[in-house]
Amino acid sequence: MSPATGEGGSGVRALSGRPVEELTLEAVRRGEIGLEDLRIHPETLEWQASVAEHHANPQLAENLRRAAELTRLDDGEVLAIYAALRPGRATPAELNALADTLAGRGLPRCAALVAEAAEVYARRGLSA
Amino acid sequence: MTAEHSAAGGRPVGRVRFMDAQRVNLDGFAVEDAGLGLVAMRSPHDPEPGLAIRGGRVTELDGVPEDRFDSLDSYIARHGLDLAVAEEAMRLPDVEFARRLVSPDVPRSEIVRLTAGATPAKLARVLALLRPAELCQAMTKMRARRTPSNQAHVTNRLDDPLLLAADAATAAAFGFRELETTVPVLADAPSNAVACLIGAAAAAQGVLIQCSVEEALELELGMRGLTSYAETISLYGTEQVFTDGDDTPWSKAFLTSAYASRGMKMRVSSGAGAEVLMAGAEGKSMLYLESRCVALARAIGAQGVQNGGIDGASVAAAVPSGLRELMSENLMVMMRNLESCSGNDALMSESDMRRTSRTLPIVLAGSDFMFSGFGSIQRYDNMFGPSNFNAEDIDDFLAMQRDWGVDGGLRTVPADRIAELRREAAQLCRAVYQHLGLADFTDDQVERAVDAAGSKDLGETDTLAVVSAAQAIRDGGITVVDVVAALDETGYEAAADRILAMTAQRLAGDYLQTSAIFDEQLRVLSLITDPNDYAGPGTGFEPSPERQAEIDAIRQARGVEDLRAEQATAAEPLLAAGPVGAPGPVRVAVPGQDPREVVIGVSPAVGRDVWRCLSGLTVPEVLAELLAGLEEEGCTGRVVRFNDTVDLGRIGLAAARLAGSGIGIGLQGKGTALIHRRDLAPLANLELYSVAPAVTPELYRLLGANAARHAKGGTPDPARNPYTDEAIEARYHTKVIALMALERAWVKPGAPPEELPLDGLR
Repeated sequence: MSPATGEGGSGVRALSGRPVEELTLEAVRRGEIGLEDLRIHPETLEWQASVAEHHANPQLAENLRRAAELTRLDDGEVLAIYAALRPGRATPAELNALADTLAGRGLPRCAALVAEAAEVYARRGLSA
Repeated sequence: MTAEHSAAGGRPVGRVRFMDAQRVNLDGFAVEDAGLGLVAMRSPHDPEPGLAIRGGRVTELDGVPEDRFDSLDSYIARHGLDLAVAEEAMRLPDVEFARRLVSPDVPRSEIVRLTAGATPAKLARVLALLRPAELCQAMTKMRARRTPSNQAHVTNRLDDPLLLAADAATAAAFGFRELETTVPVLADAPSNAVACLIGAAAAAQGVLIQCSVEEALELELGMRGLTSYAETISLYGTEQVFTDGDDTPWSKAFLTSAYASRGMKMRVSSGAGAEVLMAGAEGKSMLYLESRCVALARAIGAQGVQNGGIDGASVAAAVPSGLRELMSENLMVMMRNLESCSGNDALMSESDMRRTSRTLPIVLAGSDFMFSGFGSIQRYDNMFGPSNFNAEDIDDFLAMQRDWGVDGGLRTVPADRIAELRREAAQLCRAVYQHLGLADFTDDQVERAVDAAGSKDLGETDTLAVVSAAQAIRDGGITVVDVVAALDETGYEAAADRILAMTAQRLAGDYLQTSAIFDEQLRVLSLITDPNDYAGPGTGFEPSPERQAEIDAIRQARGVEDLRAEQATAAEPLLAAGPVGAPGPVRVAVPGQDPREVVIGVSPAVGRDVWRCLSGLTVPEVLAELLAGLEEEGCTGRVVRFNDTVDLGRIGLAAARLAGSGIGIGLQGKGTALIHRRDLAPLANLELYSVAPAVTPELYRLLGANAARHAKGGTPDPARNPYTDEAIEARYHTKVIALMALERAWVKPGAPPEELPLDGLR
């Protein structure tokens, strides 16, 4: 049912593009394997999202689609956005600016999440 | 207590003082107080369930209009409810909803469909209607994954890597599919993650590893592939407490996606009591507040929830119906189509009975994870605080699984296998730490970790070495690839392969789906691949015959052949006078004439398969005491084996009829003994030692003396049966059954009694 085991044989690859079959001890010995080769690919997350949707969990699907977007950010950026969303860290304007940036970089779902936070935080006194 | 008080009779009577001294009274019990949120299932301040939808938008949720939504209401209203089914779900009477939830005729998928449209208050009302047995029934049906499983805590006070590796291997061998570690010293976290990763890989394929620490560090460890899941992403049921926890629903939703974006499984954590402890329950019931958390968990897209009290379990347990509330929390997670990691991870009572009572129903019903952390290590080493069950209780848990014939996820591991795995894990860990320049360990340190029952057995350790190893892992950017390479280069290719295969699974993402675990062949078991199909008796999960055998074969189980071998170790030739392996011909016993002669009749297997009594005395030792007692009173004894019955009354009576005095002693090989007289009915007797395991040499001697007094017509001094308040039957009945089977096998109807030589008995 998954790209890894499905009958269709569509190959799973890492974020780096390396096919999963190449994740071998020989490749490790040759020093070829880096963290990018262990990172999940956004297409895989999209696939898993569609599986979740078909199993009565559209919210899990949405989460996995946001995750697919986040594969494009490095770890530091991801942690910075998380920090900005914590209570009292950012002003509504800062959050809206962040949302615009994310939208501009092709992360519309993450952008929508941040924009919604900006609106609710302002109303509930959760912004800086 | 004042003297006056005491004199006035205010001191409780002894019966009450005795009850006061029992361990359960160390627990705190609270008077229900809705104002403080000290109420389990329903508070007068809980809102009436309600939902208004206008133009595809929720305009009122559980009595709160949209313009007064707090942040939790807002998130749930916008993302948490299936508005297409909401009207139907909210209109369904609570009792009807509850009945469908329990009925095996209504499929799980139908309950999941309806629940998606139910508000938090609605779900709390429905669950409050379920009685305990109905909670079990509903949980059996609603669990997402068909195959139940279990999670372990693996920690120690010293963060000792070798011990963590050995204990992770032990936990994996016992069958835990998720291992959660944490630290007493935050800086040690990277080292703990690496040690558990290596240890688990030494024992089994596909074990998920978690290192529960501060969120940014936890995510970092995950991103480097050193851990594979996270679960301590906390949700709370009120906005105030949620914000005090330094998060909002949006920050948590983002974090949830952040984990998934790195291919890591995650679940959120909530549970009764957290809001009460922070004086932030707003007068609401624990169940209602938790219902908000679970609705939020679903809304933010988490695949599962760790709940059922967790750190606040003892708060729930302090109020009436608190345990019902804890189980209801798990059930509502399942109803929202999420993975349940079902609490039981905090010691909620000083009473063994109460803590068992808390956990047992969930084990019987079966959950995705019965425990969100069974302490696989001793209580003192559990750095989460003691779990409800710990290493002290593993044998109890294995016995409970077997008693009820249910799969609690654990299995027995042979003692030598545990030793082997612990040694391998510690050696692997040592090799990796050395190879990566993290720390050097000695052979002695490895051996101590292998043998240690806990960190107190390690002797002196260098805790600074752990901090510096952890620092080196963090600063050096060590990733799972480095660990794999280190294992490979130090000659541990199999373990390297295991970790690499597991790492490759992150690319497929199948374990991001609800309730996903790996089996030991690295197949994903989840809501997708292994959906629960319970629909009443004869359906749903049943352990395979192999798994059932594993559950049943606890290491303490003994059969007749085990007992035969054990008895043979006490074999003495002097009693082996029978036709089998006998040194001499059978001497058929004939009636004696001496009025001072007492015959001691023994059972058929004595000297053939049975040599040792339940008391631990050998049969010759017992016979020697009986004979000495007879002699003290001026009588003589003769030992005769009866071959036609195992019944002690008949043996004693037959012995009496052979004796010149008309008095006989009957002795079964297991040690039960009596005095009989030739004119009594078989089931009557003069004295009986019925508690064989507790009979002492002195008592056997007294029995001999009393038999002699009966023979002489004197006044015996009857012995009292020794008394014990231990579970003597539980301890010996299995042996009794096996011993009687050995005895029965030697019975030959009509075979004559035979004399046994007395040489060497005195």
